[in-house]
Amino acid sequence: MSRPMGDSHRRFLQAMMAKGIINEQEARALHRHCCDAHNAHCAPDRLDEFIDVISSHLQPMFMQIRKGMSEEDGLPYYALVNMAETDVTRMSSDYADNELELFRKTMDLILGSETGSVSSTDILNSADSLQTKKLKKSETEHLLSRLVMDKWLNEKRGEYTLSTRCIIEMEPYIRTMYQDQVKLCHICHNIVFQCQICENPTCGIKIHNPCVARYFKGRAEPRCPACDDFWPHEIPEVRRLQSQSRR
Amino acid sequence: MTQRKRLSQGKAASAPRRSETLMGEEEDDDIPFTQPSTSQVQKGLEKLTPAQVDQKTAEVVQYFLMKDQKKIPVRRADLVKHVVKEYRNIYPEIMKRTARTFEQVFGLKLVEIDFKNHVYILINKLETLEGAPVRSPSNPKMGLLFVILSVIFMKGGAVKETLVWNTLKKLRVDPGEKHEEFGDVKRLVTDEFVRQRYLEYVRIPHTEPLEHEFRWGQRAELEVSKIKILEFMGELHDRDPQSWSQQYKEATTPSSSSQPSTSSQR
Repeated sequence: MSRPMGDSHRRFLQAMMAKGIINEQEARALHRHCCDAHNAHCAPDRLDEFIDVISSHLQPMFMQIRKGMSEEDGLPYYALVNMAETDVTRMSSDYADNELELFRKTMDLILGSETGSVSSTDILNSADSLQTKKLKKSETEHLLSRLVMDKWLNEKRGEYTLSTRCIIEMEPYIRTMYQDQVKLCHICHNIVFQCQICENPTCGIKIHNPCVARYFKGRAEPRCPACDDFWPHEIPEVRRLQSQSRR
Repeated sequence: MTQRKRLSQGKAASAPRRSETLMGEEEDDDIPFTQPSTSQVQKGLEKLTPAQVDQKTAEVVQYFLMKDQKKIPVRRADLVKHVVKEYRNIYPEIMKRTARTFEQVFGLKLVEIDFKNHVYILINKLETLEGAPVRSPSNPKMGLLFVILSVIFMKGGAVKETLVWNTLKKLRVDPGEKHEEFGDVKRLVTDEFVRQRYLEYVRIPHTEPLEHEFRWGQRAELEVSKIKILEFMGELHDRDPQSWSQQYKEATTPSSSSQPSTSSQR
């Protein structure tokens, strides 16, 4: 039996609807703000419980606030997702058919890559062979910047990756459609795109960069958790919340 | 054919219209819709499973949310044609459930703003607060709107457009220039805010060159607290809000359309 929603929950939900996705720090601050606004008791360690109340009420509408991890910074994120569609058609109200086709192709390329990323050049090339209406180079570039702005893709130095929001929202779709290609992180068992790979050709396990940072932290000699081979890659630093400001 | 819609800002739960993407569904959608009677609704409900009714309600909720994202009013005719479809015989029941869902889950109120053409909007039952840690992209626009609504309210409910433009210019928001944050300011104020029903932009007859006046739109009447405007004015001019007796009277007179509640307790 799900607990009833209060105005604090509704305010939180409205904020989620405006943003689409927020990180854990923002979620905690928002939780505090919403509870204060309506004189509700705020238990900071009960954030997930608070969000579950909202999700349970969203379920009949095929919506949910789902938690996931960013492959960039390893931090938890909360995304408001739509579960009604099992395909990219969830985006169909904002994008035309050929634009959706290009997005699907971009996903194909990303899923087929080792790095979990695809260059803008490769995307532009695939725009030439669309079955629906063709996209010109300028249109493709404009579409890509819209997809980034809408938080479906991330872009860094000309390389495109799936955004945290995209991964959280489309995980069921990706697991189904790309059953053979999709890989799971050896440490956290979630789908993985940007990662480090074990160099042992008989092993080849993948680990998210943040998961690498956490798993190998403090170890003098990092070894693959599956095959025990030396882990040759540079171990990234564990990202801290407060201190590391990018400004 | 999938309808191509303009890019929305502050993208929220992407809610695709499964019903709109269905192609070739030729329903009897050109027959004008008339409200079914209570007994017809009852009969209709008996023929459907609870799951079916829930599903249809969910679709209607999604449709409203999508339109509301862009603050576009929903016409009953479109709703019936594109979403409700063959469930039109239980339309009142679906709307009842939809309204209840919006209140209980989202803190939104479904309001009919046009009784003749049956047009609906969603308004916020929760008061907009300062200091929200998660700023939505629309906040600066709302700030600008608030200024305009304040001017109109303080001046008795209708102002010539020139006054609004001059006020904005003093705030370094020039309708003639492209603004860093707002872009085409004139379009934002006379088109977007008007379509969203926050403002009315009405021609003043017999003016040469053509002049317009601004008034509060229906959504503003329902969503924006006049007391808040007076409080804001009071702070700005270091005056007691009650010193504007006329406006204070208007702000405190309970109107037929409910003003948003202040932080209610649950």
